[in-house]
Amino acid sequence: MLPNLLIFGIFILLPMVLNFYYAFTGGIKLFPQDRPFVGGQNFQTLFTCSNFLNPNTCSQDIFWRAIGNTLSYVILEVGGSILMALITALALNRNIRARGFFRSGFFYPVLLSPVVIGLIWQWILQRDGVLNSIVVALGGSRLPFLLNTDWARAWVILVSIWAQMGFYTLILLAGLQAIPSELYEAGDIDGTSPWTSFRCITLPLLVPTLLIVTVLTVIRAVQVFDQPFVLTGGGPGTATTYIVQYIYSTGFDPTTPQYGLAAAASMVLAAALLILTLGQLRLGRANDM
Amino acid sequence: MRTVLDFLGRTQSRKRFSGVDLLTYGYLTLGTIIMFGPILWLILSSFKSQDQLVKFPPTLLPYQQVTATVPGYDQPLDLYTVTLDDGSTKQMAQVARVGIDVQMVDPANPGTIVKVNINQRQPVQSVIFSLDNYTRGIAAFDFGTYLRNSVAVTLFATLLTLLVNSMAAFGLSKYRFAGRNAIFLTIVSTLMIPLPVILIPVFLVITQVGWNNNLLGVIVPASATPTGVFLLRQYMLTIPDELLDSARIDGASEWRIYWQIILPLATPALAVLAIFSVMWRWNDFLWPLIVLSHKELFTLPIALNSFQGQFNTQWDLVLAMTVLTLLPITIVFAFLQRFITTGIATTGLK
Repeated sequence: MLPNLLIFGIFILLPMVLNFYYAFTGGIKLFPQDRPFVGGQNFQTLFTCSNFLNPNTCSQDIFWRAIGNTLSYVILEVGGSILMALITALALNRNIRARGFFRSGFFYPVLLSPVVIGLIWQWILQRDGVLNSIVVALGGSRLPFLLNTDWARAWVILVSIWAQMGFYTLILLAGLQAIPSELYEAGDIDGTSPWTSFRCITLPLLVPTLLIVTVLTVIRAVQVFDQPFVLTGGGPGTATTYIVQYIYSTGFDPTTPQYGLAAAASMVLAAALLILTLGQLRLGRANDM
Repeated sequence: MRTVLDFLGRTQSRKRFSGVDLLTYGYLTLGTIIMFGPILWLILSSFKSQDQLVKFPPTLLPYQQVTATVPGYDQPLDLYTVTLDDGSTKQMAQVARVGIDVQMVDPANPGTIVKVNINQRQPVQSVIFSLDNYTRGIAAFDFGTYLRNSVAVTLFATLLTLLVNSMAAFGLSKYRFAGRNAIFLTIVSTLMIPLPVILIPVFLVITQVGWNNNLLGVIVPASATPTGVFLLRQYMLTIPDELLDSARIDGASEWRIYWQIILPLATPALAVLAIFSVMWRWNDFLWPLIVLSHKELFTLPIALNSFQGQFNTQWDLVLAMTVLTLLPITIVFAFLQRFITTGIATTGLK
């Protein structure tokens, strides 16, 4: 009991409190006693924008770009992951041979380090890479997969889905297998069509599992950092710079570490996470009734 | 459309092989190829020489130029298939190249030199899995040290995680005391506070404790994970209290109850937490990137990232070292895959 509370207190609770202190102090010194109180200045810097829809007008334009990038990443990555994981789980839940093999096959990339994943795909997607050779063989011309804003964003999302869907597939598969088969048998006797049994048996009983998976994917997607950091380095330009990379590069800049600004940005991230999670939990509770 | 609809249904006992089954197997096979293809491509590429790697379109297998030792020449010469003026083809060794002409020699008859146009010759190549990239890579990339650091971090962090979280879960599930629920709720509510949110203050604490550039700074902070406490507490609640009461009557100490009754009974939950912990720690990137700046302390992901930054155009070395980095976890997975996949699947139900 005690050791846990000690570690928990020192490395989670205390930092949570200290984060407020950092967010309201300035300077480039790490130790709290050396940091001057600046009030809401860090937040003011972050939120100085003449037009919030145009990051160019903001004093911290990269912060707003990162927020926009993170938002579109979260929506597409979460949607894509859950859809692919659901299809795969449904396929694996059928009466098939070699289920264990396929299940492990889809799961394997989950175990790989984001650095390894980033490098593998950088190698495949580069200008003279194997994917472009397929495009050329099919009669096209080489595509700027990592050099064009839209392509790079799309590939960061696709690679994330590739790397993580196996995990969610496992959880959804467990949820599917927990649905009593008597329900389907009863449906068969009543002559229920496959679509109806999916809509009226599978989906409603899978909602709790889907909710867990959604919460997990959203929490994870909001903090996206390592895999795009290696794959694209946040580029081209700032096209794949996400909020955690902004915090990291602002707070751990080798010459002028702006700890206060980074702490303020991380509080914005925390607020977003809080709202998202509470919203999803409320949604889940409404569903139970 | 009919088959797509059938796919959504769940058929338990189908005697014949139907269109839906075909669709299912087709999807799963394609999916497995997409999952493994990139890794296979990485492995095949890692055996190619630098000039093979920059070739477009790339070849599937690693080829190497075949050479021959010809009497009268010190160096082995590259072999080519030459189409002679009379239309016949012959394997010859290249002596020198002058503009668009090359001087070739027949290894069987090294005396006479034949002059041909470069378009008349094709290199003779054979598939060779050369370990050259690996040996040169290892010379610049201290794989042994990084592997040791990664194993040490993963192992000690996982043991510490299991120990401190099981103790907390034991306290929170088997003792009644004031503030028990408050503590539990505080811990669980930090499930939503991931490390990036408190990056800077944790860095300060690490610096104050003196764990900057110390593996302890990577191991300890995330060991009191709220996920772990939650997982283990929920499992321990299912262990009947009567078991503990009868042990107390028999005179067992609280420590002994924890060590000899609770821990063995909670093995399934501990195993799941161990799997998660190994996965998190082995692949951890952001936190070690901040704590560790001395090269000899790097874990594998950090080392590989800095290696590719240093040799970013030398794909031959980077690819080989990427393969080495993914090897350990792949071997572990190959042996424990059933255990890992079923272990994770059972937590999804809770």
